[in-house]
Amino acid sequence: MLKIVGYPDRYSVAPGEKIAFKISLEEGTHFDARLVRVIHGDCNPEGPGLKFRHIKSAADGRYRGKPQRIDAGSYMTVESIPALASGAFTFSAMIWPTLPKRSNQTLIAQWDVQTGSGFRIEMTDGGQLAATLADTSGRTAELRSGRAMLERQWYAIAVSIDPLTGMVVLDQRPVQPYSRIADRAHASARLAVAPEAVAAPLLMAGCAEPDGTIGRHFDGKIDSPLLLSGVHTADRQDGYWRPVIDPSLLKHIIARWDFSREIRRTRTVDTGPSQHHGRIVHLPARGMKGWNWTGEEHSWTRKPEHYGAIHFHSDDLYDAGWETAVEFAIPDDLKSGPYALHVSSGESDRQATREQYIAFFVRPPRKRKAGVSRPEVLVLASTASYLAYANHGEHITARGAERQMARLLQFGHTDLYMYDHPELGGSLYDCHADGSGVCYSSRLRPNLNFSPKYHSWLGGHGSGLYQYNADTHLYDWLDHQGVDYDLITDEDLHSDGYELLRDYRVVVTGTHPEYHSTPMWDAMKAWIDRGGRLMYMGGNGWYWRIAYHDEMPGVIEVRRAEDGIRTWAAEPGEYYHSFTGEYGGLWRRIGRAPNVICGVGFIAQGFDVSSYYRRAPDAANPRAAFIFKGVKDEIIGNFGLIGGGAAGIELDCIATNLGSLPNILRLASSENHNSMMMLANEEFMVVPPNLGGDQNERVKADLAFGETPSGGAIFATSSIAWCGSLSHNGYDNNVSKICWNVLQRFAHPEPFKAAF
Amino acid sequence: MVYKIDAQSDRQYIEEFREKPIGAHSPGLQRLLNIIRNDPSGYQIVLICRKPFAEWVLGTMPPNRLDGPIVIEEGPVFSSREEAEWEVFRRRWRKYTGEDINTPFRD
Repeated sequence: MLKIVGYPDRYSVAPGEKIAFKISLEEGTHFDARLVRVIHGDCNPEGPGLKFRHIKSAADGRYRGKPQRIDAGSYMTVESIPALASGAFTFSAMIWPTLPKRSNQTLIAQWDVQTGSGFRIEMTDGGQLAATLADTSGRTAELRSGRAMLERQWYAIAVSIDPLTGMVVLDQRPVQPYSRIADRAHASARLAVAPEAVAAPLLMAGCAEPDGTIGRHFDGKIDSPLLLSGVHTADRQDGYWRPVIDPSLLKHIIARWDFSREIRRTRTVDTGPSQHHGRIVHLPARGMKGWNWTGEEHSWTRKPEHYGAIHFHSDDLYDAGWETAVEFAIPDDLKSGPYALHVSSGESDRQATREQYIAFFVRPPRKRKAGVSRPEVLVLASTASYLAYANHGEHITARGAERQMARLLQFGHTDLYMYDHPELGGSLYDCHADGSGVCYSSRLRPNLNFSPKYHSWLGGHGSGLYQYNADTHLYDWLDHQGVDYDLITDEDLHSDGYELLRDYRVVVTGTHPEYHSTPMWDAMKAWIDRGGRLMYMGGNGWYWRIAYHDEMPGVIEVRRAEDGIRTWAAEPGEYYHSFTGEYGGLWRRIGRAPNVICGVGFIAQGFDVSSYYRRAPDAANPRAAFIFKGVKDEIIGNFGLIGGGAAGIELDCIATNLGSLPNILRLASSENHNSMMMLANEEFMVVPPNLGGDQNERVKADLAFGETPSGGAIFATSSIAWCGSLSHNGYDNNVSKICWNVLQRFAHPEPFKAAF
Repeated sequence: MVYKIDAQSDRQYIEEFREKPIGAHSPGLQRLLNIIRNDPSGYQIVLICRKPFAEWVLGTMPPNRLDGPIVIEEGPVFSSREEAEWEVFRRRWRKYTGEDINTPFRD
């Protein structure tokens, strides 16, 4: 179990800028901190071992710490609204419950936590519509509809409350009635308690709790919420859905929120006269199809009136909001690269880990200094992919993971902590408690698997590294080879675009650069087209399209649309990003296959053991002579820390029909994969009986090289496991040698020949 | 219909698994593993690493983490992942066939 956890307020920081760390100390009162450069985060005794370089800085020292908690769950808050219970009012909405078995789910509430008074309109007791009224003397009264709503069915609900008489009327109507299903309900009663008119914010999908948190969250969609003054019959809401509202109805409107407006923003728009605009907290899903979605249009930008729903989740999280424990300025002369704040609160033992390496990156200065030359080589840290996998918890929540991994699921102290803390929020591979997919992932929370020393349950037998920590194999090799390099993150590339790449001759990727926004994609393509030399050091890159939010830093969105290896699938009609309005899913399905960027594209995956490459005829092509200088071996990479070989985990291959350069050389291909290395979904139309690498000739990684017309080039290793082989035999091996040959040539100014 | 494990015909795979618990398997052993690695109850045996690359024990995870904690066994303590795989294989073999495998992981 972890006794100290934390996160930085940014993943990328420039020299001279401040970075803050949010730390939760689970035991004790103090912890020590120091800045380290991350060289190698793999504990495997078969490899070079852990390597961190202490950097003296203002961060070094002892700090006071305390436990910090996360208050997860999304909701809407309206700060400016008057006390509703000062008179009779009616609330109506369309709702789509997704976890009705959970009790105490607030639809809307105006509640004063000091006195415990106000009202809550909620869903409780297996899915019944209910209203709870409370006065300042601590008395509460409740009315329930008496019948449960079904999961994932639309209901028109209406609740009228008259504080003067105590009269409450509940109405729940299914949009789609079913034979022998009794979910239509109407209840009314004069309650003995009149709700206090409290001057508190109006909350939707949450309610203020005495401990200062927001709880009682609603899981499901809410569409067309409407607040009217006075008591109205349930069918009255129909009149407010018309394009032109009867003037006699207008005077009753207190608020009429239209969630189909400003979907890209965190504001919710009240179209009523008083403009009681709301604000959503912890990123409930927007761009969600509403109760009136017909399927005639799948994009919310083209028919927003069909996308009037927000999907709230009791476990949504954007910003953990922890207090800063350590803050310091990055030294002006600190070299760009991977770093971490090492925090420790004591000795670790079999039961507990009392240290944490909180990873971040130092980018080059934002403004180039005159007369100071930058390195030729740039490493692109896959922070979008680290976010996509943040707190990846399929080993906890998904059954079948052991079969997929073909070995037992390993839980270290980090995984045990993750198990106990679902409030950390899931990855883009996880599902919410209500079964819907997690489509947003934020870095403003502890990202437990974005850390050196983390050994993953899916990282291949041996070191068991995946994503960030697997990339430290590359950092270690670059350090060992004495390569002078700068480093930027995906988020930097998204923000700064091509200009950030422009002056570098070589870009080196990590092991699994899978997630890219459109600005990232465009910037990389522009750079390649202008002579850039890309060393793609991994597998399954440029696979999913993502979006960043305009207003909220550090959060990405994915829509698991149509195709690809997915652990959940977006609902039909919800394939468009709410952050941008762009069509989401695989870049391949958008017409920009990975091959267009990195020369190869995803073909297969398997997580147990890796294999080797065999030299292909193109290796003898004079164009590839520089790559194989000093490498005579027929077999390449039959060793390594990730599954015992250089070809493993996820593999790519050449496909010119998908955009691989027509001139590309297949230098080597992997072979002898086992049955658990299986063909990717998008590679077949009819399910073949020979999915596994032991029977399918297409299951292989292609080591590839090709020149671009502008004097640049692409080198692709096509395997996530590749970098795990770099350090073998004291870094003296054919994988290392090939990479070194490529890096040296790519960094050389001489253009690659473009024409015969 | 899912293949029904049969002690007599599947016994041939026991030694193959013991020899190499992780890695390429024969189709027959892979079929066996695909079946026994699934527990319809939702309970999941997991490997608890107490000391990285040195010491493991087994644990059982309930169907839903809200149902309670992972129950961690005090022992046996394994010095390799393969040794733990063998122990779990033996338990599952017994569950499916009623037979004990008394062979240790390494002679």
